[in-house]
Amino acid sequence: MTTQTQILRSKARKRAKTADKVATVVIIVFALSIVAILLGLIGFIMFRGLGHISWHFLTSNPQTIREGGGIGPPLFNSLYLLVLTMIITIPLGLGGGIYMSEYAKPGKITSFIRLVVEVLSSFPSIVIGLFGLLVFVNTFELGFSLLAGALALTIFNLPLMVRITEQAFAGVPREQKEAGLALGLSKWKIITSIMLPVAIPSLVTGTILAAGRVFGEAAALLFTSGMTTPPLNFSDWNPLHPRSPLNPLRPAETLATHIWKVNSEGLAPDAIQIAAGASAVLVIMVLLFNLFARWGGRTLYRYMTASKRMN
Amino acid sequence: MVMPMPFSTEDLSIYYGEFQAIKNISMGFPAASVTALIGPSGCGKSTFLRSLNRMNDEIAGSRSTGHIWMDGIDLTASGTDVIKLRQRIGMVWQRPNPFYKSIYENIAFGPRYYGIKNRKQLDEIVETSLRRAALWDEVKDRLKESALALSGGQQQRLCIARALSVNPQILLLDEPASALDPVSTGKIEELITELKKDLRIVIVTHNMQQAARVSDYTAYFYLGTLVEHGETDQIFTNPEKNSTQEYIMGRFG
Repeated sequence: MTTQTQILRSKARKRAKTADKVATVVIIVFALSIVAILLGLIGFIMFRGLGHISWHFLTSNPQTIREGGGIGPPLFNSLYLLVLTMIITIPLGLGGGIYMSEYAKPGKITSFIRLVVEVLSSFPSIVIGLFGLLVFVNTFELGFSLLAGALALTIFNLPLMVRITEQAFAGVPREQKEAGLALGLSKWKIITSIMLPVAIPSLVTGTILAAGRVFGEAAALLFTSGMTTPPLNFSDWNPLHPRSPLNPLRPAETLATHIWKVNSEGLAPDAIQIAAGASAVLVIMVLLFNLFARWGGRTLYRYMTASKRMN
Repeated sequence: MVMPMPFSTEDLSIYYGEFQAIKNISMGFPAASVTALIGPSGCGKSTFLRSLNRMNDEIAGSRSTGHIWMDGIDLTASGTDVIKLRQRIGMVWQRPNPFYKSIYENIAFGPRYYGIKNRKQLDEIVETSLRRAALWDEVKDRLKESALALSGGQQQRLCIARALSVNPQILLLDEPASALDPVSTGKIEELITELKKDLRIVIVTHNMQQAARVSDYTAYFYLGTLVEHGETDQIFTNPEKNSTQEYIMGRFG
């Protein structure tokens, strides 16, 4: 009897061990295949595109019919649009997220706001583009412009930013808030000086995600920032001048829209190479931005918390 | 009418929704002494402690009746400036909760918020506060380092120093040593004995020996009522109520 139980037990143990091994192998295979797909994709894009990248390609104007077009203005537009969008998105998103996490009382209205944010975050970007066309481009008479594009992208990114801010603040230990309260600090002071530094790592991650979407988005921009760039004068940095690159009211095609355009209706003989080169540049930009934002976030976190590393 | 003690509660009740967590408690906290609040888990002693600087306000659904008196001012009155009041009543919790800032910033933060901008003055406050919390010698060479790099016991003394930095008259301690090792606990207890010379201290503790060692007065709570309150020696050697004796003995056994 006892020996039988022992045998049964050891069998069960063996089975559990086998199951454990199989599960480990399966999980590792999954993880590796994800990495492989990602590396393969990046490798493919780089392999096709890197050869076409040159200083000339990065700085010269696109050509419609002739060979040898570059991506100078679209590259600049992508970066500038990112800055414009973030200038609008970050304060709104921080404000909304802090409100949701710290001020909103749990109840029907708060749940409703949360529902709206969530629905908004699953909106198809082409719908946001059409909305932008109707509201910003036509009704507000902004025309096809960087500003209209930035506003459309703000709608696109705001839900993400709000949710990430809310979670970042909700993740700050309650004891931190209590310590501030017991010291007699005001709520606002606690939020800005005690909680914000703790929340920074999550906020940086969120901002990177949102920014990546700005780089990659094409559909929402086709009808808002447009598919053309007027001739730009890169020696004129007054945002009020119509030919200045900084003028937010001029149309601007970004790298992503440029790739789309070249691929779908490009007449230049080297359209395929241009699309490949532009794709590689886009991926490199996203990678660089990622590294830069992480470094910036880490520096900020260190500065604000006197700690050695970001956890 | 008898003048209430400079710091005391009168008929204080606390409710969480329908549940009455604290039932009509009136007690005073004498100056330059330590009052220990003891009792089994859930007896309301922590709730009572937290109500003294109105930290319970932060809990949704909590409300109170009765009064808390400090120097003739009713702290529970609706017009009371809670933020100002909390400056005069420091608080330290069970788990050390230093800010995610440098050791120096942890201490200087409060005084700077209250308007002290002078660097020299701030340096002085930091040193005095850390000295009063018996931490200065251990950290004086690393004030710029993160407070999170300190050990648990050091963090707890830093939290006490932080509370002292804004010169409170009262210090509320919610099981300040229960998460610490015996050596750190001993240091905290020494510190309490030292600090009571210029402060009223109220301490919640589950450790009977600790209550006996550090406190001058002991209050035994059970199910939201104040069962017995008196000098610590008397409560521990000759309590009036059976229930008090059973609780204290049970813990010893």
